[in-house]
Amino acid sequence: MSDSSTGATPALETRGLMKSFGAVTAAHDITVSVPEKAVWSLIGTNGAGKTTFVNMVTGYLHPDEGTILFQGRDITRLGPREVTRAGICRSFQIPQLCSELTVLENMLVSLAIADPKPPSFFRKARESAAEDRAMQILKRFRIEEYRGRLMSELPAGVRKLLDIAMSMSGHPKVMLLDEPTSGVAAEEKFPIMDLVMEALAAENVTTLFVEHDMEIVTRYSDRVLAFYDGRIIADDAPGDVLNDPQVQRYVTGTLAPEATS
Amino acid sequence: MKALSDIRITTALALVVLVGGGQLLPDWALFLMTIALAKGLVSLGIVMQMRAGLVSFGQGLFFCIGAYVSGLMANFTGVTDIFLLTALAVLACLAVGGAFGPLLANYRGIFFAMLSLSLSMILYGVLSKMNSLGGTDGLNVAAPTFAGYAPEGRDLSMTLYLYTVVIVVFIGAMLRTGFDSQHGLVSLAIRSNELRVEYLGASVRRTNAINYVISAVLGGIGGVITGLAIGHVDPEYAYWTTSGEFVFVAILAGYLSIPAVFVASIILELVRSFSNLYFPNTWQMVLGVFLLVIILALPNGLGSLFQRRREGGS
Repeated sequence: MSDSSTGATPALETRGLMKSFGAVTAAHDITVSVPEKAVWSLIGTNGAGKTTFVNMVTGYLHPDEGTILFQGRDITRLGPREVTRAGICRSFQIPQLCSELTVLENMLVSLAIADPKPPSFFRKARESAAEDRAMQILKRFRIEEYRGRLMSELPAGVRKLLDIAMSMSGHPKVMLLDEPTSGVAAEEKFPIMDLVMEALAAENVTTLFVEHDMEIVTRYSDRVLAFYDGRIIADDAPGDVLNDPQVQRYVTGTLAPEATS
Repeated sequence: MKALSDIRITTALALVVLVGGGQLLPDWALFLMTIALAKGLVSLGIVMQMRAGLVSFGQGLFFCIGAYVSGLMANFTGVTDIFLLTALAVLACLAVGGAFGPLLANYRGIFFAMLSLSLSMILYGVLSKMNSLGGTDGLNVAAPTFAGYAPEGRDLSMTLYLYTVVIVVFIGAMLRTGFDSQHGLVSLAIRSNELRVEYLGASVRRTNAINYVISAVLGGIGGVITGLAIGHVDPEYAYWTTSGEFVFVAILAGYLSIPAVFVASIILELVRSFSNLYFPNTWQMVLGVFLLVIILALPNGLGSLFQRRREGGS
């Protein structure tokens, strides 16, 4: 139950997670213990099991075996809504936004839902306090100028930021970001990550992010989980993981794969 | 505050226009308006569900329940008070909608549409076979009284029309508030991206069930008024073509505007009446061509003429 190094209850813990899709094993004995306020990255090639791990933790998929604990509470069988309500939120590789609503309306939806009471039939969605709060969040992510735009009119980076901003409106304790900079122009990657990490750090959110860009992994995470074939093949500080021969061979591709006889 | 005063102004304006205009209408038009407004309420229930991405093909279920409340109460208990009949129709539809809403809220798209249709067709089948309830011939409904007031002739038509107008305007104002509420915005979000809404922590099923129950109540009120206006109820109220007309009006109106629903309903009744008069065998074709033109010219329905999306998000 407790983090072995500090004795404190981990923010997120998984024990022996197993998940198969037919003959394909997407997760094999995934055991991790993420302490409070940690920033960890998940690396691996496509199909390595990173997104399956994120989907299991956030309730979209249920593991075939194993346990998921959030602050010591078993959340293994909860669905996305209950997991979100418990305090674990996520963003998506392809931003999941409400396409028929403006940026401001998307934020208002997330704030209305984040309220402990269910969305009311009698409480105005656009009351000034809610709009002010939504604008504050948009300003924090520097996308307030897009407030009246529909999703089809937004650059990729703004969509990513809005997706993350909406997830943060519920003040999560743990955030999982699925490829926060994929599809974003190269020059926008670091400014976007700076904004996101600053916002998460300000609220002491434990963060796990899936990433393919090793510069981002090195700069923003204090620990790296390297996935390959549904297994974690390395789990250490970024420098150590990226220098691991197995990771170089199977994840980053900087070493040639071993020849098989 | 501005939005609230906008609703009050629109409500007052609608009351003045409908009440004042009603005084000028001939008997046939007064009847047509009463029916159109009452049926518009039923279509408004479909619009409510359309805002969350669902289309019910079985709204005839509640329309029929409301209508049969008026018929059964008049025939078996002698109750003709319209206020009591409306309250009973609301209760009956709340009970049925509350029983089936949570179940149907698990389904989407064509499955939701067909399941809702199947419920109304079950009621149609049951009523058609029950001779004690009039079978396929249905029941005659006594003229309504209004808290002891029992008008006749033109006075009855006018009083029923005014009752309908007051209910329509009141419900319209309530639903406008609801559409602009947190619940209303979450409904629109569900229409766009259900997965996102669940991942924000809201229950899509709960929202859809609430919308279904509200639409059930609207269907019941529309049914009780229509039954009293026509003076006869029969199983056709629950038949699929009746439900189809409500969907027709909802598509014609779109989901953006409440007044558009009643305008669309009036258009349908006018097209039906005049087509029946001049093209008695092909009036459905006229209706179909009309709907085609509207879909091509106004993909978001007549409502897009009433309410453009606000620029600047404010």
